[in-house]
Amino acid sequence: MTQAGHPEHQHVAPPPWRDVRVLRVAVQMVVLLAVAIGIAYLINNLTTAMGERGLSFGYGFLDRRAGFEIGESPIPYSATDTYGQAFIVGLLNTLFVSAVGIVLATVLGVLVGVARLSPNWLLSKVAAGYVEVIRNTPLLVQLFVIYFAVLLQLPAVRDAIALPGSIFLNQRGLFVPGPQLGTTFGTWLVILGAGLAIAIAARAVAARREAAGRPSHRFGLLGALAFIGFAVGGWILVGEPPLTFDLPVPGRFNFSGGLALSTSFTALLAGLVIYTAAFIAEVVRGGIQAVRRGQLEAARALGLSEGDTLRLVVFPQALRVIVPPLTSQYLNLAKNSSLAIAVGYPDLFKVGTTMANQTGQPVPVIVLVMGTYLAISLATSLLMNLYNRRVQVLER
Amino acid sequence: MSRRVVVPVGFLAVVLIIAACESSPSPSPSAAASGTAAATPAPPPAGGRLALVQERGQLICGVNGGLPGFSFLDAATGDTTGFDADFCRAVAAAVLGDPTLVEFRTLNADARGPALQTGEVDVLIRNTTWTVSRDTDWGLFAPTTFYDGQGMMVRAADGIGSLADLEGATICVQTGTTTELNLADVFRSEGIDFTPLPFGEIEQTYSAYDEGSCDAVTSDRSQLVAQRTILGNPDDHVILDEVMSKEPLGPVVPLGDDEWFNVVKWVVFATFEAEERGITQDNVADMVGSDNPVIARLLGADGDLGLGLEADWAVSVISAVGNYGEIYDRNLGPGTPFDLDRGPNSLWTDGGLLYAPPYR
Repeated sequence: MTQAGHPEHQHVAPPPWRDVRVLRVAVQMVVLLAVAIGIAYLINNLTTAMGERGLSFGYGFLDRRAGFEIGESPIPYSATDTYGQAFIVGLLNTLFVSAVGIVLATVLGVLVGVARLSPNWLLSKVAAGYVEVIRNTPLLVQLFVIYFAVLLQLPAVRDAIALPGSIFLNQRGLFVPGPQLGTTFGTWLVILGAGLAIAIAARAVAARREAAGRPSHRFGLLGALAFIGFAVGGWILVGEPPLTFDLPVPGRFNFSGGLALSTSFTALLAGLVIYTAAFIAEVVRGGIQAVRRGQLEAARALGLSEGDTLRLVVFPQALRVIVPPLTSQYLNLAKNSSLAIAVGYPDLFKVGTTMANQTGQPVPVIVLVMGTYLAISLATSLLMNLYNRRVQVLER
Repeated sequence: MSRRVVVPVGFLAVVLIIAACESSPSPSPSAAASGTAAATPAPPPAGGRLALVQERGQLICGVNGGLPGFSFLDAATGDTTGFDADFCRAVAAAVLGDPTLVEFRTLNADARGPALQTGEVDVLIRNTTWTVSRDTDWGLFAPTTFYDGQGMMVRAADGIGSLADLEGATICVQTGTTTELNLADVFRSEGIDFTPLPFGEIEQTYSAYDEGSCDAVTSDRSQLVAQRTILGNPDDHVILDEVMSKEPLGPVVPLGDDEWFNVVKWVVFATFEAEERGITQDNVADMVGSDNPVIARLLGADGDLGLGLEADWAVSVISAVGNYGEIYDRNLGPGTPFDLDRGPNSLWTDGGLLYAPPYR
């Protein structure tokens, strides 16, 4: 009981079943326990069922001979290598197509997103049409269209389109000359480095002179000329050419030599980029529209051009809104790359399912594949969250 | 320790403790050591799969669904027809008395192993090659119904006469098959360089070949013959004479159930024996009262001979689908677009490999 006018109050704690702080913690603990029991039941079900059917859980098969070839591999691989090595090849293929896909999809997505907000009627309608059509059709269907209806309709190997510079385009892929490093490459690189150092020094001098208000263009030009001179001079000086080009040569069935960009890879990349770019375009558009009109009007009042406004005022502010949903789209792209099996590109999922089939142990393989995709996604989102922390709004 | 560490770690610990407490003793310690998965015979479903199928009233049969001649799901009518499909009907006729009580599950090459291991299908009749690793991992193989070999299909215009001519070629292949492994083995042992183009689905594999994405496609010869009939221009393609491997195709049942294995095994043998004894779909009803003791026993004069079926199960089988020769001719014989030669798929009395043990 409190006494009127007395500065001290008696505080009586309510009993636990009416104490909000206790109840809050108790309810959370009960929910967590219920979820834990649910997950434990599922794990128990899996292990019991596997035990009943005599399926074992182990990763010893990773040391066994794989027995199958992989068509495209960044590292040397043959059928006599182990399943573990085959898995690594699949992983590298997935990482490669995901990385290139993320970069290209971002570029295309930003362009389309900005185009959709353009005052040019045709441009904005075309961009809107692209986004609506691509977003609302399944990715697998788009992949089939690109692979079977577009890329495979290119001329056959025999009738390949020959472009200048020994580049060949046919239905099996794009074949370009491949650079081969000669023995003198290291020496040439050193000479090139020296030329680069001189060019940078010249640029620094030019910048200092410009700040002081004295003419500086001759220094910049001098630096550029020095770099080119060193590059050419170095090439001639080392005697043997540091870089030779391995030209693609048409054989009976395929082109040998040179670098090849296969149809499967191109179809998968194009499909992923076009599909994800449609989503990224909408994310970018949302971000740009979230920037207050006042900012645009102020920039216009200062006399900034359209391009400068976009680059210096709108984008830095839009980026804060864009980055989190953009991370989701990157993760989607990485996971959608598992559709590679539909167009003949040997990615992680393809190697995984082949392994699951040939070893007769689907459960450990599926767990491994899931864990790998999870690791890729977590790494991507970690990097994006670090970047997000740098650009997000800092409230005082 | 901050709360953001304690809560997730504590949660995980609780989950693992509960899971460990509840789990019955399972063979995990020894299994973790052996990655080579020699599956120990597991106890069959309570009462056995035979009882399960009879109680369910329907046989779940795993098939290809995309291979004309063997098991092809006609999208227009919804019927599954083919050599393998007829054997599914034979088992249903034996166990349930009615060949129409079959649920056909189309399974991809990658999915058929797990479907068997988990017991999702009662029997897998899906042009599956009998190998030692599959015998230990996937299930028990009933007698081979089709002795096949791996072959190579190429375009006639390319002028390829033998495998050696495929140096540097791109070859389409379906993943999850013995085909993929044999291709690598044969080409390496002969020193021929090639690039594989793997596809998950059978339709895409042959589409890509037809469009020119690869110079050759490899698979069981029966499959090549069947798929050639649905290519754009069947006459533009030729199947090389070289046989790259042995591919004995037959039904597979899940591991651990001997009773069910015996049922499927002897249904297959019944079709061989029926052809050997001249019992056909038309005359089986008359043959029931035959004086020949062998035929009488096959058709149920001495009961079901311990299989756990009705005494006249063989009569149901033969009146439903006929003997082996009739099944073969109906689906792969001279009247069909495939017109496959019997070859090793003839009776032992004709110099082939089909031999049924005695019914007694």
